[in-house]
Amino acid sequence: MNASVVTPIGAPVRRKEDHRFITGKGRYTDDLSRPGQAHAYFLRSPYAHARIRAIDTSAAIDMPGVVAVLTGKDLAQDGLGGLICGWMIHSKDGSPMNAGAHPALALDTVRYVGDHVAVIIAETLNAAKDAAAAVVVDYEILPAVADLAQAQAEGGPVIHDVAPRNTVFEWELGDKAGTEAAFARAAHVTAIDIVNNRLAPNPMEPRAAIGDYDAGDDAFTLWTTSQNPHVARLVLSAFVGLAPENKLRVIAPDVGGGFGSKIFIYAEETVCAWASKRVGRPVKWTCERGEAFLCDAHGRDHITRGELALDGEGRILGFRVKTTANMGAYLSTFSSCVPTYLYATLLSGQYAIPAIYCEVDAVYTNTAPVDAYRGAGRPEATFLVERIIDKAARELGMDPAEMRRRNFVTAFPHQTPVIMCYDAGDYGASLDKALALADYTGFPARKAEAERRGRLRGIGLSAYIEACGIAPSAAVGSLGAGVGLWESAEVRVNPTGNVEVLTGSHSHGQGHETTFAQLVSARLGIPIDQVSVVHGDTDKVQFGMGTYGSRSGAVGMSAIVKALDKVEAKAKKIAAHVLEASEGDIEFKDGRFTVAGTDRGLAFAEVALNAYVAHKFPTSEIEPGLKEGAFYDPSNFTFPAGCHVCELEVDPETGVTQIVNWVAVDDFGTVINPMIVEGQVHGGIAQGVGQALMERVAYDNDGQLVTGSYMDYQMPRAEDLPSFTLGLTETRCPSNPLGMKGCGEAGAIAAPPAVINALTDALGTQDISMPATPAKLWAVAQARVTRRAAE
Amino acid sequence: MYAFDYQRPSFSQDAVSMMRSLEEPKLLAGGQTLLPTLKQRLAQPGTLVDLSRIPDLSGISVAGDVLRIGAMTRHAEVATSDLVHAHSPALAELAGMIGDPAVRNRGTIGGSLANNDPSADYPAAALALGATLVTDRRRLAASDFFRGLFETALEEDELILAVEFPKSGPAAYRKFRNPASRYAMAGVFVVRGADGVRVAVTGVGQEGVFRWKEAEAALTARFAPDALEGIALDPHTAMSDLHGDGAYRAQLTKVMARRAVEAIGG
Ligand SMILES: Cc1cc2nc3c(=O)[nH]c(=O)nc-3n(C[C@H](O)[C@H](O)[C@H](O)COP(=O)(O)OP(=O)(O)OC[C@H]3O[C@@H](n4cnc5c(N)ncnc54)[C@H](O)[C@@H]3O)c2cc1C
Repeated sequence: MNASVVTPIGAPVRRKEDHRFITGKGRYTDDLSRPGQAHAYFLRSPYAHARIRAIDTSAAIDMPGVVAVLTGKDLAQDGLGGLICGWMIHSKDGSPMNAGAHPALALDTVRYVGDHVAVIIAETLNAAKDAAAAVVVDYEILPAVADLAQAQAEGGPVIHDVAPRNTVFEWELGDKAGTEAAFARAAHVTAIDIVNNRLAPNPMEPRAAIGDYDAGDDAFTLWTTSQNPHVARLVLSAFVGLAPENKLRVIAPDVGGGFGSKIFIYAEETVCAWASKRVGRPVKWTCERGEAFLCDAHGRDHITRGELALDGEGRILGFRVKTTANMGAYLSTFSSCVPTYLYATLLSGQYAIPAIYCEVDAVYTNTAPVDAYRGAGRPEATFLVERIIDKAARELGMDPAEMRRRNFVTAFPHQTPVIMCYDAGDYGASLDKALALADYTGFPARKAEAERRGRLRGIGLSAYIEACGIAPSAAVGSLGAGVGLWESAEVRVNPTGNVEVLTGSHSHGQGHETTFAQLVSARLGIPIDQVSVVHGDTDKVQFGMGTYGSRSGAVGMSAIVKALDKVEAKAKKIAAHVLEASEGDIEFKDGRFTVAGTDRGLAFAEVALNAYVAHKFPTSEIEPGLKEGAFYDPSNFTFPAGCHVCELEVDPETGVTQIVNWVAVDDFGTVINPMIVEGQVHGGIAQGVGQALMERVAYDNDGQLVTGSYMDYQMPRAEDLPSFTLGLTETRCPSNPLGMKGCGEAGAIAAPPAVINALTDALGTQDISMPATPAKLWAVAQARVTRRAAE
Repeated sequence: MYAFDYQRPSFSQDAVSMMRSLEEPKLLAGGQTLLPTLKQRLAQPGTLVDLSRIPDLSGISVAGDVLRIGAMTRHAEVATSDLVHAHSPALAELAGMIGDPAVRNRGTIGGSLANNDPSADYPAAALALGATLVTDRRRLAASDFFRGLFETALEEDELILAVEFPKSGPAAYRKFRNPASRYAMAGVFVVRGADGVRVAVTGVGQEGVFRWKEAEAALTARFAPDALEGIALDPHTAMSDLHGDGAYRAQLTKVMARRAVEAIGG
C-alpha cells in the first residue's frame, strides 16, 4: 500500500520503518558514538558462588590506555543503591518476600557465573580486556546450587542470608478448601509433572549502553537498549539514586528485539551511566553474545505438579497446582510477578473450572536471574493447562477436542477462581475454525499413510488464553506492583496539518511507527506519511510505561485514541468559528469538517492552520494551537485467545521431528494491521516451537553455563517450520475504545503445548519433556518399540 | 583479541619462510575457526600469516585421474565446481552441507583439514576417498594425517598446499547435523571402490574421524542397505554430550551409513 494515502484500520499497510532497517540506516545504540567516549568491559565471576576476599586493581590501572577500574566499593562510596525488584509478593503466612541485596557490582559475594565483579574503562575495548586480565581477585569458592530441584534442600548452600532454604516466598492463590472438596468428589484425577525449560531470550541486537555526564548541566544522558526508557529513568533516579529525573535523560533509539529481556534495569547500563561522571567521559558498553547468554535475564524455569479433578463425563471440577520457580541468583526487576500474578491467574485457561488452588515457591539458585520472557508466566500456565487437559482426555478415552469443548467458558463476563474476569471470547468458534482448517477429521488417514512411510504422525491442540493489555493500575497495585500500568500519548498537530504522535510505548520490532500512524491516519483522514511516531526518549515523551505484555495496542493506542478525541473536539470548535456555524452542527468525516446539511467545510489541514494562526476564533475561549495529551488506564486486562493445531511427524530412526502443518486461529479483537499481526504470530510460534523442540539453558552441577553459545544453544531456523495457516475470529474487547486485545505473545504461549501434545499423540506416551530433542525422542521411540514387542 | 602482527605474502614459499622466521606465527585461511578463537582470547599468535592472496593455493583442477583442490579453495567453490561434480559428486555435496552460506564462502578445505575438528565434514571425505595432502615438504596420505582430536601429522610450520582426490567408485555422504551448531553429529562417507567399500565416520569418534571397519567388511561382502542390520558401533567409543549420548550417536552412524548406501544404490 502506498505511503501517501489514508490508511484505514484493518489494512495491511507496509511497515514504514522497514526501509530504514533494510537499508542499514537503523540507529541502534551501538551505532552511536559520543565524542571522547571510553569503553567499558566487565570483569565477571568465573564461579557460581564465591566470597570475594580482596580485589587488587593496581596492576590493571597501570596498563596502557586504562582510564579507570571500578568496583562495588566505589559504587557504594558514591552512595548508589542496588538494583531493585519492583513487585512485592507476600508469602502465605503474610510475610514479605525475602529479597537479597542486588548490587550492580559485587560487594563481597558473587552468586552466579557472569556476576559483575569490576568494570574496566579504557581507551579501547581491547585495552579494557587486557587490563581485566590484570585485575587480581582473591576468591573463596563456596558450594553452589544450580539445580532448581536441589535448591531448597536443608543444609544446602545459602545464596542470600535473608532467604533460608533459598526460598524467596511461598505464595498461594485460590481456594484451597474448595479445591480439596472438588478432589474428594472426583470420579477421575489426572496428574502431570512438568519441567518448563529455561530459555535464553536471544534478541538479535544484544544490550548496549552509553552513559554521558554533562558537567555543565550536572545531568546524565543514557542511551540504552530499553523496552521502557521511562521506567529505566524512574528506577535509576528513585531507587538507584543516580540523579533526579530532571537531570537524567534516557534514550532508547532503535532497539532490535527484546522479548522481555530489555525491560529490566541491569548492572551494566547502570554502571555506564554512573561511571561517565566518575571518569568525566562518555562510557560505552556493548554486550557480546557470550555475555548475553550469561547475563541477560533468562525465562521460564519451573518445576510443576498439576492435578485435575474430573467428574464421570470429563467435566473439570478442580485444579491443584504446585510450582517451584527458579529466580536465579538475584530478583530481577519484575521477576517476582512472573510466576505468581502473571501465571497462576491464567490457570483456568479457556475452561470453566469451579475451584483452583495454586502454590508457588520462588527459589534462588546460583544461576543468572530469571524474569519475563515473551509471554511471561502465561506460557507456563498454558503449557500446564493444555498438557493436563490433553492427558486427561486420553486417560478418559475422549477426543481432546471434545474434552476441551465440554469445559469451555461460554458465557461472558466470566469470573475465574483466580482473579481474572474474562470479558469476551468465543472459544468454540476458534476451536471449530482451527479444526476445519487443519482437516482434523482427515487426520487418521494421514497418520496411516505416514506409518506406511515409517513415520510416526501426531496432531496436537492448544486452546490458549492470555491476559494482556497490562494493566489496570489500581488492580496491579493491590497485588503488589510498585508502579501503575497506564500509558500516555500526545498528539501534536503542526500548523500545516501533519502530526507527531508521542507515545510512552516503545517499538523494538513491533512496528508501532506503522500501526500507530495508521490509526491516526484513519482517524484524522490524513495520509499516513504525514504522521510520525515519536518514542523512546524521556526528553521528548513526558512519561510512559513501555512495551511488554502485549500492551502497546490495547493500552498505548487507547491513550492515542483519547488524545485524538480531544484533538477532534477542539478542532470542531475552531472549525465552527471559521465556518461561522454552531459547534453542534460540525461533522468530521474523511478528513473534513463540514457544516451538517451544507456543502461548506474545511480540510483537517485548514483547521490546523487556523488553530495556529488564531485569527478567527476568540482566544479567550479557545487556546491557540492544536496539541492534546492523554493518559489511559485500562479498566480490565484483555484476553486474547485462540486455538493452534500442530501436526508433525517423527522419524523413529533418528528422533527428528518435522512439523508438517500448523494452524493458528486467534482472536485478537480488532486488528489494525493484519500483516504486522501475522508477523507477530509467526515469530511467536517460532519461539514457542524453539522452546518445545530445541531451546534449553543448561548449567552443570558447579553452576557453569553449558549452553553459552550457538554451538550448543539451538535456535529455531526457517527450515524447522512449515508455512503457517493463520485464521482469525473476532470478538471485540469491550474495555478499550478500539476493541483490541493484543497479539505479541500469543504464538509463544500457544505453541509449546500444541507441539508436545502432537508428540504424545505420535509416540503414544505422555512422557515427553521439553525440549523434545531428537536424542530424547529417539529414546522414546526405542522404548515404544520395546513396549510394543512386549505387548 | 590480543594484539598481533599481520603478514599477507604473495607466494607460498614466503609463507613457509615466515612460519620459520617469525615469533609465534599462525596461518590464517578462511578464519572461520581461527578468528572466533582469537576473539575469545583463546589464542595469542605473534603474527597472522594470511594465505588469502597466494594465487597458486586456490583453484580446482583435474590431471589424469586425480582431482586437485588448492588448500585455500572455499567450500562454496567446491560445492559448485563442475570439475568436482564430474569427478566426485559426493565431495561436492558434502561441501554444500558445511555450515551456512557465509561459512562456505570463507572457510577453506586446507583450513578444515588442518584443524581436524572431530565434527568437521571434510575429514570423512579425505579418509574415505583416500586423499593425499600435499604440503610444502611432503605428501601425506589421509590415513596418516589425522591423529586424534584437533591433531594432525602437520609440523608446526608446515603448510598444506593442496589436497588430491583419486577417482573413486560411486560414493555418498550422509550427515546428521548437530541441531545447534550444524556440524556433524554423525557424518558417514561411503565409497564403493573396486578394491572394497570404505566407510569413514565423523562427529562420532572420541579420537576424531575413523573408518568403520566392521561396516566396510559387511558392505564389501554384500553392498546393500540391510547388510548393516546385524552390526552396531560400540556406544562406548562414541562421543557423548548435551546433544546426544554414545548410544544415540552409534544409532545415527548406522542410519546415516545405511542412507548413504541407499543413495549409492545396491
Ligand atoms: C558457524 C560455523 C559453522 C560451521 N559449520 C561447519 C560444518 O558444518 N562442517 C564443517 O566441517 N565445518 C564447519 N565449520 C568450520 C569451517 O568449515 C572451516 O572450514 C573451518 O573453520 C576451518 O577453515 P578456515 O579456512 O576457516 O581456517 P582458519 O580458521 O583460518 O584456520 C583453521 C586452522 O587451520 C590452520 N590452517 C589454515 N590453513 C592452513 C594450511 N593451508 N596449512 C596448514 N594449516 C592451515 C590455521 O592456522 C588454523 O590453525 C563451521 C564454522 C562456523 C564458523
